[in-house]
Amino acid sequence: MAEFRMPSLGADMEHGKVVEWLVKPGDYVHKGDLVAAVDTDKTVMDIESFQEGVVAEFLVDIGDTVEVGTPIARITATPAEVPPLQPAPPLTSGTFSPDARSPLAAKEPTPAHPGQEGGHTEPSAKAAPPVRHLAHTLGVDVGRISGSGPGGEVVRADVERAAAGPATSAAPEEAVQPAVPEAAPPAEARRVRSSPLARRLAAELGVDLQNVAGTGPGGAVTEDDVLSAVPPRSRPPAGPPSGRAAEAPPSSAQATEPSHEAAQEAPRRERTTAAGGKAESLRQAIGALMSRSKKEIPHYYLSTTLDLAAAVAWMQAANQQRPVSSRLVPSALLLKATALAAKEVPDMNGFFTKGSFHPSSDVHLGVAVALRHGGLVAPALHHADTLTVDELMDQLRGLVSRARAGRLQRAEMADPTITVTNLGDLGVESVYGVIYPPQVAMVGFGKVLEQPWAHNGMLGIRHAAIATLSADHRVSDGLRGGRFLARIDELLQEPEKL
Amino acid sequence: MNEQDARQAVEAAIGKVAPDVEPEDLEGGARLRQDLELDSLDFLRLVEVIAESTGVDIPEADYPAVATVDGLVTYVAAHG
Repeated sequence: MAEFRMPSLGADMEHGKVVEWLVKPGDYVHKGDLVAAVDTDKTVMDIESFQEGVVAEFLVDIGDTVEVGTPIARITATPAEVPPLQPAPPLTSGTFSPDARSPLAAKEPTPAHPGQEGGHTEPSAKAAPPVRHLAHTLGVDVGRISGSGPGGEVVRADVERAAAGPATSAAPEEAVQPAVPEAAPPAEARRVRSSPLARRLAAELGVDLQNVAGTGPGGAVTEDDVLSAVPPRSRPPAGPPSGRAAEAPPSSAQATEPSHEAAQEAPRRERTTAAGGKAESLRQAIGALMSRSKKEIPHYYLSTTLDLAAAVAWMQAANQQRPVSSRLVPSALLLKATALAAKEVPDMNGFFTKGSFHPSSDVHLGVAVALRHGGLVAPALHHADTLTVDELMDQLRGLVSRARAGRLQRAEMADPTITVTNLGDLGVESVYGVIYPPQVAMVGFGKVLEQPWAHNGMLGIRHAAIATLSADHRVSDGLRGGRFLARIDELLQEPEKL
Repeated sequence: MNEQDARQAVEAAIGKVAPDVEPEDLEGGARLRQDLELDSLDFLRLVEVIAESTGVDIPEADYPAVATVDGLVTYVAAHG
């Protein structure tokens, strides 16, 4: 038996309020499955389970605010994890299905976002983190597919294949894994490839995923598919119970395709409105954290002007060939270059805790996102250095829209290793950020603009932007910081290689 | 597409991308980036929503022509 505790969703979080349960007693959860939505001072976040098992009972009610670390639910372990001779823990719920305790559950589950909280993840040689992330997105269990990479490692293609063919994803190909029993638990038998968000939405809306045709990668069911499966009239509003009823989807959007869009936007609008009331607590949380940063961290500041001629030309040419849905913005290139540079200059990437610096081997790039009602959050793009520019762009769009809708996930808030603030869109030329503790560096980008530029003894007009660095003098100094900024500029000279 | 339909499509699209923008903020001369505070990702999404709802695809090279509400309405009306 395990207690599911209120997780820390950021260095400055002390307590959280459960606003929504995304599971119910008797549900079977894997590591990484979303369990609850938690409201912090900053935003509402979905939190995922750290363990696999059956949800036995909730220990707090919706609306309860509890300290970080307080048990909020009990998750009973599967038989294989219960020590022998000890009777199985009593279950409070009669809805519990005995099938869910099948041996299937005994094998090692794969965490969705590995590596952010040292304690609860085991290093797995079977799949690289980005692959596991992809698997999680597509609803594929990495433990259940065989890898074609070196040493049996599961690679991207394996996951995509598993997602594409229902037979492979469920087939027990892995010799070391216990065979899947004939009578698989109902929850598993009905498993449809889908994103966690789509599953949650389907549960909220009472949609059976089996009846939904998926249009996502490998036929995975997406949020949109779930929404279009619901007749417009019977759609109950999604979101927290408070203040939902007020804003029904406007009936004005009548075009064929936009009708489900309208329903999708409506809950988002409610979230935003609900979040508006918390602007003040967000302001206070930011104020407290930034005071601490300025008090504790000896900042030093550098700036350099990035030559973006090559990057902008490459991006414009690329965008001309693309439909609007896959166009890039300059931020995607700037973020990718920053992630690569952070990987190369480790003194910028990690945490200063307990009096010393702990560099991070992964780059989880925090992106400061301005919220429309004021304030900001800085969720992470995980393993940003390993993403292609297109993947990064894709994730950036998702991250920003979820941040604005107040639906970030725990892992996204908890673990950025370096943060970027990009105020260029608002028209300033440079921004010097305040480091987000316990991180040790903050990169700022000003607006991309054309300016006169001397090059090879000639004056010309080029796209350029000012990049700044605020860094922690306890960890690095100007020489290293300067190298980091210069490296960003160098990387942007060959945009096609980013 | 006539100007009225175009205006309706533009206002609906802005409402979708930036639900907090009040209708009275949507003056013709309002600049999408500076006045309505759409960032580059919001703007891209706006262009995408317009393409979905009206079939008007705005290439990047034409972005300067659609920097204001009126500019966008005129563009959509002319190309839709």
